[in-house]
Parts: sequence; C-alpha cells; structure tokens
Amino acid sequence: MPTSTIKDQTKYDHIDSIVSLSEKKNSPSKSETDCQCPVVKAENFSFYYGSKAGVKDISMEIYPCSVTAIIGPSGCGKSTFLRSINRINDLIPNTSSKGKLLVNSHNVYDKNTNLVNLRQQVGMVFQKPNPFPKSIFDNIAYGPKLQGIKSRSKLQQIVEESLKAAALWEEVKNDLKKSALALSGGQQQRLCIARALATKPNTLLMDEPCSALDPIATGKIEDLIGKLQADYTIVIVTHNMQQAARISERTAFFCLGELIEYDSTANIFRNPGKKQTEDYVTGRFG
Amino acid sequence: MENTITNRETEPVADPSGLSLVLTPLEDLTGFLLHHLGRLLLLLITSSSVIAVFLIFFFVIRESMPFLKEHDMVEFLTSKQWYPEADTPKFGALSMIVGSAYVTVASLIFAVPVGILAAVFLSDIVSFRIRELVKPVIEILAAIPSVAYGFFAVLVLAPWLQNKFGFTTGTNALNASIVLSIMALPTIISVAEDSISTVGRELREASYGLGATRFETIFKVVLPTAHSGIIAAVILGMMRAIGETMVVWMASGNAAQIPTPWWDLSQSVRTMTASIAGEMGETVKGSDHYYSLFATGVLLLVLIFALNIISEYFLVSAKKKLGKI
Repeated sequence: MPTSTIKDQTKYDHIDSIVSLSEKKNSPSKSETDCQCPVVKAENFSFYYGSKAGVKDISMEIYPCSVTAIIGPSGCGKSTFLRSINRINDLIPNTSSKGKLLVNSHNVYDKNTNLVNLRQQVGMVFQKPNPFPKSIFDNIAYGPKLQGIKSRSKLQQIVEESLKAAALWEEVKNDLKKSALALSGGQQQRLCIARALATKPNTLLMDEPCSALDPIATGKIEDLIGKLQADYTIVIVTHNMQQAARISERTAFFCLGELIEYDSTANIFRNPGKKQTEDYVTGRFG
Repeated sequence: MENTITNRETEPVADPSGLSLVLTPLEDLTGFLLHHLGRLLLLLITSSSVIAVFLIFFFVIRESMPFLKEHDMVEFLTSKQWYPEADTPKFGALSMIVGSAYVTVASLIFAVPVGILAAVFLSDIVSFRIRELVKPVIEILAAIPSVAYGFFAVLVLAPWLQNKFGFTTGTNALNASIVLSIMALPTIISVAEDSISTVGRELREASYGLGATRFETIFKVVLPTAHSGIIAAVILGMMRAIGETMVVWMASGNAAQIPTPWWDLSQSVRTMTASIAGEMGETVKGSDHYYSLFATGVLLLVLIFALNIISEYFLVSAKKKLGKI
C-alpha cells in the first residue's frame, strides 16, 4: 500500500510546505533501495503489563532504509510497541505478549531468540540522553567490546566511524578521553546515537529522542536522522507532529493501544483516512 | 503572630483610614516572644546531638591530656609493652591497635564481597516481592543487641572452631572477625543497595540495548557507576567493626599480643575498644592507667572521625556523579 501512495504524491496540488520538504529529502533514498521486504513486521501483536494491555492487536510492516514515525497521544502504546521490537520491555516484570513480532523474519518473542544478537541488530536511542558515566571513547567502545573486539586500533576505528556517522566527530575528536557527562544535552544524544551505531545495527529505534533537547539540538538530530536513513531502518516515536511530518516517510497513528492508521506521512497529514487521525493531526484532539 | 503580615522592620505607614497593617514588636509582644522562643527551643533540640558529639570529644580529650602530656606518643603508638599496673608501668598500645586492625580487616574480607553481592542480588536480580521480604530481615540483623552476638560467638562459634579446626582456643581473632562481619553486613548491604538502586533504569536500559547480558550490565555499568557509594558502604561497615566493643570483648580472647606468625587468626588478640571497656572498671580514677585508656579513646575517635569524613566524601561524590545534587 505505501508504494502506491508514494507515486500518488505528485498529484497533490496544494502541498503543505513541511511535508513537501520531507518528500524531497526522502525521495532519493527510496529510489536507491529497491528492497521492499519489511524489516519489522507485527502480526496481531499485543503486549501486556500484568493484565493491562499496552498495545492491542497491532499489524504493521516497517520498511528498510526509511524513517517510520509513530505518533499518538500520551499513553497510547507507541513507546510500548517500539520497546517491544528489541524486547527492552522484558526488563519490566510481569509482562507478556501475544501474536507475532518479526524482525528480519524471525519472531523475536520466540523462546529461543538470542537477545544479545537482537539488540545488536536493533539499536535503541532513548528519550533522555543516557551516556554511561565513562569517557566518550569508552561509551562508544562499550558495544563493540561486548562483541569481543579487543584490538585498540580496531576500536579506535569504530569509535571514529560511529562519531562521524553521528555528526559528532568534529566536536569531540580532541576530547575522546573526557567524560561523556561533560557534553551538552544535544551532544550527549548524538553520542548515544553513535553508541548505538557502533554495534553495527541495521535498525534504529528512537524513543522521542528530541523531547529533552532545545530546538537547535533537535534540528541537528533531525538532520542526522535524514542522513542515517540511507543506511538504516529508523523507527521514531515522537510527540511532535511537525517532526514526524518533517523527517518520516511513513507514519503510524496509535491511540489507546491500537493502531488507528498507518500510511505514507503525506497521506496521514493531508488526507487521513480516519476521522480520529484527522482530529489528532489537526489538533482537535490529543 | 497571625496578624504579622508585613516585615517587622518596616516602619508603620500612616494609613489614611487609621488602620495600620504593620505590627511593631511592642504591639504584639506575646507573638514576638513566642516566635523567637519557639525558634530557640527548636534550635536547641535539633542541635543537641551535635552538642553531644562535641561534648564527647571535649571530655575524652580532656581526660587524656595528662597522659598525652607526660608520656611519649611514639612509644604509645609503637611499643607492644602494655603493663599499665606494673611497678614501672609501660603503655605501648601497638598490640591493641594491631588487634583492632586485624579483626576489622579480617571481618571486611568476609563482609565486603558478601555484602556487595547481596546488594546486587537485591537490587538487580530478585523480584520486587522477594526484596521487600528480605530487606527487613537484613535490617533486623542490625537491631540484634551486640551482646546476643557475643553469646553466639562464645557458646556456638568458639566450641565449633575449637573442635572443627583444632585451635587451642575458640575465642580468637577469627571468631571475632566472623561475628563482626555478620554485624557489618546490614550496614554494607543497605548502603550499597541504595547506591546501586540510584544508578537508575536509563543506564541499565542503555547497556541492555547495546546487547549486554545482565552479568555484563551489572559488572561493567552498574557497579562502576555506583562505586563511590559502595566505597562509602565499605567504610561505614568498617566503622561499625572498629567501634564494636561487646562482641570483640567476648569473642577475641583478650590477649594483648600480636599473633606470630602475623597471619595466624587462630590466636587471641585484644582490640582498643575491648581494652577500654575491660580495664576501665579496674583502674583508679586519676591514675596513669586511667588516663592512658582515654588516650586510646582519643585514637579511636580520630580514626572513626577520619573514616566518617572519607565516607561522606564518597557519598557526596556518588550523588554528584549521577547528577542528584
């Protein structure tokens, strides 16, 4: 379904400036990648905290090398869904799931899932920048070291590559030994992105990565997401609808634990199929 | 008091209606007095514990002054000869200092690994329900009177050590260390558990999110982040062990000697605390012996005070590191 709507986009005569901007930014990556099999696929997936459902009966497909935004009011299950993909929700006691959640066509809620491999393939960036109280170098090298990489030169190379990919290298290349906590909030968040990239994932989950940042730092992170989508599948949860419109290719609208609508970002914001979505994106609700 | 709306310092403003909103102290004398007396009373009550500490320091140091003036401090700290009641009395406290150090260090060798692992277990591994069950039990350990531990040391542990390992005496440094380590455990566990818990879910999630196992998360992220608080926990446990009197008096055998060879914990020792408690009743007030015991007390106070400052430093830097200050 998303492929057809993307072609239709040119037909629109009145174009919201924000969305048009995101289309221009997103279109090249689309033509580059002809892989259309979904990286993440939910099939009637539900997740429960105790007996309370966090998300109910979600079915959606997330495509590679693109940005997928998840929007919705607070407590609607968007973070729950995102955190189910790398099973970081397992840390909360008394949770259970139903249905299937496939990553690279493997159901991650299978009993024999290798969580270490899963989390190395599916990196995560959290709401609040959470660098370890270690040096910048050690923060980035943490993941690769867990993978068993010991060679100093190899680690140095990974740290440099990751910091460059996260657009932080120029700012910190002389202070790699300094504590990561001495960086500003925006730099810390880019460090966390670099740290997630260092394990060489193919998917990045971002849980409101800009909600604790000022507008300038937010702009930098958004630019970075724009660049990263050429190589990574990015799923981003956001409260900020303009942000979803600016950076994403597809948008899913969640409400009360259910997936209301999932379509191309252009359609969700200009031509939503459901009344609930329209009310939310136009600000009448939520 | 309730009528005092504005600052008392401001001059009463002549109000055209004749109703002033400002009270002078004289106009509301009872309110004024109650306010200040109340504050004074509360200040006295809250500072009583601080005053008590200063009074303890003052009296212990005052009572030790005659000894500190007349005797050689170097001899006091380095000689093993402790014959306070002899014709030519000798006051060398080294064996007591070493005894205190022995039982403290040996008890920490047992208590620190067990305490830290128990803290990790409670904070990161068991479910919330079990933690809520186990924590009060550990805290009860701290509430058991030390003389009860002493009974355990003398009646259970001493015969067992003697029979099992063939020691010449069951009341020895090892016995005292084992009991002290049990007594230091609640302090170490609860302080270490607090600091491990303050590490927070964010850092743990970051570590798991990068593909770390629970073991790796605990030993590479949680414990290094909490290390200041853990050091403080160890020092607090150490203070508990150094200051403990009743148990070491009952369990250590009370021989003022340094074991030979030095590592032999199966020999009896005597600690500074046990020496003070045991000999105080037998001395004549105002004798050299009496004053020398106070000098030992000063030494203990200085040690504990120094350890307290160090642990406070680590606790504050633990909080700073996590941005809690």
